[in-house]
Amino acid sequence: MSRSSKDLLLVAVLRGLAVVSGLVVVCIVLFVLVEAFPALSDVGPSRFLSDASWHPDESPSTGTFNLLPIAAGTLLTSLLAVVVAGPLGILSAVFAQYYAPARLAGWYRRLVELMAGVPSVVYGLWGLVVLVPLVNRIHPPGQSLLAGVVILTLMILPTVALLTDAAFTGLPAGYARGAAALGLSRSTTAFFVMIPAARSGLATAVMLALVRAMGETMAVVMVCGNVARMPGGLFAPVRTLTATIALEMGYARGDHRSALFACGLVLVIVVTVFILCVELGSYRRPAHGD
Amino acid sequence: MYSRDGVCSIRLPLLLSLCLAGCGQSGPAPNSNSPDVLVLKQNPVHPQITVTGASTIAPLMNEIAKRFELQHPELRIDVQTGGSSRGVTDSRNGLSDIGMVSRSLKPDESDLQRFPLARDGVCLIVHSDNPVTSLTDEQVVSIYQGKTRNWKDVGGPDQPITVVNKAEGRSTLEVFAGHFKLPTNEIQADVVIGDNEQGVKTVAGNLQSIGYVSIGTAEFNRDAGVPIKLLPLAGIEASVKTVNDGTFPMSRTLHLVTKSKPTGIVHELIEFATSSKVHDLVKELSFVPIE
Repeated sequence: MSRSSKDLLLVAVLRGLAVVSGLVVVCIVLFVLVEAFPALSDVGPSRFLSDASWHPDESPSTGTFNLLPIAAGTLLTSLLAVVVAGPLGILSAVFAQYYAPARLAGWYRRLVELMAGVPSVVYGLWGLVVLVPLVNRIHPPGQSLLAGVVILTLMILPTVALLTDAAFTGLPAGYARGAAALGLSRSTTAFFVMIPAARSGLATAVMLALVRAMGETMAVVMVCGNVARMPGGLFAPVRTLTATIALEMGYARGDHRSALFACGLVLVIVVTVFILCVELGSYRRPAHGD
Repeated sequence: MYSRDGVCSIRLPLLLSLCLAGCGQSGPAPNSNSPDVLVLKQNPVHPQITVTGASTIAPLMNEIAKRFELQHPELRIDVQTGGSSRGVTDSRNGLSDIGMVSRSLKPDESDLQRFPLARDGVCLIVHSDNPVTSLTDEQVVSIYQGKTRNWKDVGGPDQPITVVNKAEGRSTLEVFAGHFKLPTNEIQADVVIGDNEQGVKTVAGNLQSIGYVSIGTAEFNRDAGVPIKLLPLAGIEASVKTVNDGTFPMSRTLHLVTKSKPTGIVHELIEFATSSKVHDLVKELSFVPIE
């Protein structure tokens, strides 16, 4: 086999694999659409926004299907978690990359990797038996937006930290040398040279963390309280889209089941919108030195 | 989690039957001479039993069916949900061989043969340090409607009540709401939970909370040292025993029904499902076996 035919084969295989992975996503979205269709046509999209509450039933006439508080629950928990975990994760990566001695940095990274590997149900159980009673002492019931945000923060912190760390590692060595030659202090180098240079990597890190927070289910079901009402504060219970699907799917029939797929559809749409925003943002302002 | 669309078919026997057909053999087909009790669809050689009805019973029936099929590899059991009423209608007009009914049978349904499968009891639980030892039905309703919001109004300490409710569609919610004649959309919950274990953990971790779970789960956890207390209802102690003898009010019997006296393999399946051979499955799904 000549070299070029080997290359051609490789290209064909890679293209095939790319098509397959792309198709998987398309199929998932199509499946969710098809399954959500009965609810969208019987109940109608407007009722998902205007009904009195979320008390779904298999027949659209007896159930109420307001998804707004649930969508708000997903957005609130995950956005707040990202607001907390984003800066912490970036600072953690700055520490590992520019401040910690090499040996400590190695152990530190391993620790963060370990944190990323803890299954979500373990975080959830810890949240339910330790965190929730603690929050309960401040303000009952304990299952709350706050507990959910804390758990999600812990879960996405390693995602942000590790990806940011990788983004820093991928920067050209010339940046660090140039900064040193200019006599810049370590903090100036980290915060005014490296972070702006790695901006698109940082955006990806935060994005992935946000998407993970939105998709998180088990831990959230255990600590958030899952009441489908507009959250009235940090100590009020919230319900997320994923929690709704997990709690009700086993028992749902007819349009109720279909409405749960509509929840999934909303989640897909929200995630897509966020990803598009980040993509567009990074096109408009390419990182320095690229 | 229970199968998504509420329909479970065990496909292995079908594959097996295809293999056998490929070998030019007609596989074993006991009772194929009594087609009146067998719904023979799709595959004329191998018997299939269709079971439809209450979604409460379906997960249990699924497990029982799996175990029964191990003993009868040629058999295929199709468990479908659709509510107790569907269980009654389907078995009446022959669409299914066995119906599953999670409520008590109505007088006009006395034409059906009934077989008690298990009992399902639900009890209220509070934290074991909660001084309240009993609540009247009116107090429970008032708490769950959000009218009573402090334990001091029902003889407890001056603390807000955390109302723990089940997610929409759960059978425990159905039993609870049915017993107290409380529409589910009037319940003002502080915490909504999924399964019984989560309910027990939630109440055990919150001194001010009140919840309801399957009696089997509650008793098991209390005996294992989890700090929860089972509240009596109308003066009757909440226990597996009182559910079993039918005195505990918030409970119901889960039935299998057939149109006529079952024969052949259907009879065998019903015998098996109501025997002590499946008591472990009954307990696993937090129902109470009938002794």
